Amino acid sequence: MTHAPEHAPKMARLSLSDRLEPWLPILLVPAIVVFGFVLIDSPGSWLTLTVSGLAMGMMIFVIASGMTLVFGLMDVINFGHGAFVSFGAFVGVSVLVVLGGMTGASSLALNLLALGMAMLAAMAVTGAMGFAFERVIVRPVYGSHLKQILVTMGGLIVAEQLIHVIWGGEEIFIGRPEMLKGSITLFGATLEKYRLIAVGLGLILFLAMRAVLRGTKLGLIVRAGVENPEMVMAMGYQIRRVFVMVFVAGSALAGLGGVMWGLYQEVITAQMGMEIMILVFIVVIIGGLGSVEGCFIGALMVGLLQNYTAFLEPKLALISNIALMVAILMWRPQGMIPVIKAK
Amino acid sequence: MSDPILSLSGVKTDIGQYHILHGVDLEVPRGQVTMLLGRNGAGKTTTLRSIMGLWRPRTGSIRFDGAEIAGLAPPQIARRGLGFVPEDMGIFADLTVEENLILAAISGPIRRDRLDWVFSAFPALSTFWKMPAGNLSGGQKQMLAIARAMIEKRGLYLIDEPSKGLAPAIIATMARALRDLKADGASILMVEQNFSLARALGDRAAVMDDGRIVWTGGMAELAADPALQERLMGLKMEVA
Repeated sequence: MTHAPEHAPKMARLSLSDRLEPWLPILLVPAIVVFGFVLIDSPGSWLTLTVSGLAMGMMIFVIASGMTLVFGLMDVINFGHGAFVSFGAFVGVSVLVVLGGMTGASSLALNLLALGMAMLAAMAVTGAMGFAFERVIVRPVYGSHLKQILVTMGGLIVAEQLIHVIWGGEEIFIGRPEMLKGSITLFGATLEKYRLIAVGLGLILFLAMRAVLRGTKLGLIVRAGVENPEMVMAMGYQIRRVFVMVFVAGSALAGLGGVMWGLYQEVITAQMGMEIMILVFIVVIIGGLGSVEGCFIGALMVGLLQNYTAFLEPKLALISNIALMVAILMWRPQGMIPVIKAK
Repeated sequence: MSDPILSLSGVKTDIGQYHILHGVDLEVPRGQVTMLLGRNGAGKTTTLRSIMGLWRPRTGSIRFDGAEIAGLAPPQIARRGLGFVPEDMGIFADLTVEENLILAAISGPIRRDRLDWVFSAFPALSTFWKMPAGNLSGGQKQMLAIARAMIEKRGLYLIDEPSKGLAPAIIATMARALRDLKADGASILMVEQNFSLARALGDRAAVMDDGRIVWTGGMAELAADPALQERLMGLKMEVA
């Protein structure tokens, strides 16, 4: 129907540094692992800390992934995200208590089934909460960050008080399912079974999320919406509807993360969601607002660094992640894998 | 004009506290290219964005294919068959060229014949098919922006300054593609500052000033009258 253009597109070969540049954030994770290996005398301790760091990172990723998409997609800062973590933990633990026969059995299948049911229940409840939260609390304050911070903080406080009303004000100590207790020994390292499962589950969730975002039209709409929601609407897609879906999914994932985090800490409190939000914010910021891949890398870095530092110099553990955030932002002010937002 | 595909009547649009459109009356004929011309700040982009529902008109009527669309949300307007190429191109930089086009095909998978057409118009897009759109040059991004609108047949194409900031060779490629689109019977409303391109592509012209249409007529009539061009748009054309 038409002629080929007179100008021919040219493909210039990129220099080595240009080719490596997109991989730098990904290389930071193994760099931290190698750094830890050099600094920690005992290889066994290093392996234990590495698995623990990866497990912690995976759980933070599960919690943070929904939040980064919500921020990227609709520019909504949701300080109430921690409420879903706490609620998820309490719902999940309640289900595990009800299924005491299954969790106490010496059968890995029954234990995992009980854990799966607890996670599904937590996700269902926090997903429904997320739907209500978006409609009642977030929707009236679209476009105003200050109002979003105030009103979602208020939502978080209300949710915490609700937990006090339903489950009481005391912290609840919980035991893991029977076959997930204890540890295995590998190359002289003691690896907790639950942490290994957490690493596996986190990895599966990341890959599933990536498959949805990269391989489905819904995923394309979400990724495009994070960059330029107006253009997505002008192409014929109901971005608001997609946003609600992402908000609900993000809330459900936070609930799932709450169950995982509660079993990791073996204690749950109404404030646990708010407490972990500091790490979640660090991860979302250093990853690049709206970037799931950046969030994943950032979460692993935070988990590993916190565990290594706590072992090497416990007093520095609290500030290690703040220092990491400062260093990353000085290197890449938009985060490691920034999403290019339309102006 | 018989049965225009788009007609605007008394459209007034505000952006914040500023009144931008002061009552736009415009008819876009079916199967023709209408050029929307005017000085910077005349309201051309606001007119296109008002049609798409991106800036909602305060008053006035916008009828597309006989149905009122003023007040509808942008997705509803787009799904009625309007393809929009914004001034800033609206490319999704993180998505590949392929993903940008998949997203643009709102009614289902991309049709092979349509894709072949896009590739023949813009071969660079097949070369960089799997590359993130953010890595394309400015001209290639503009090609992709137009290709997204072309990937499915639309009732009306709204194209905002496709030649802006592009090299002459790229503009020539673009012009050929738009001419093909026109030959395919498409209706196009296009904002353009490049008068040579406007003259080459346009069947009709509407000139805006201060948020109103101040002149409408044949493109050839406007192109043939330098005094009219200077009066309406401040243009002093060199004889080509």
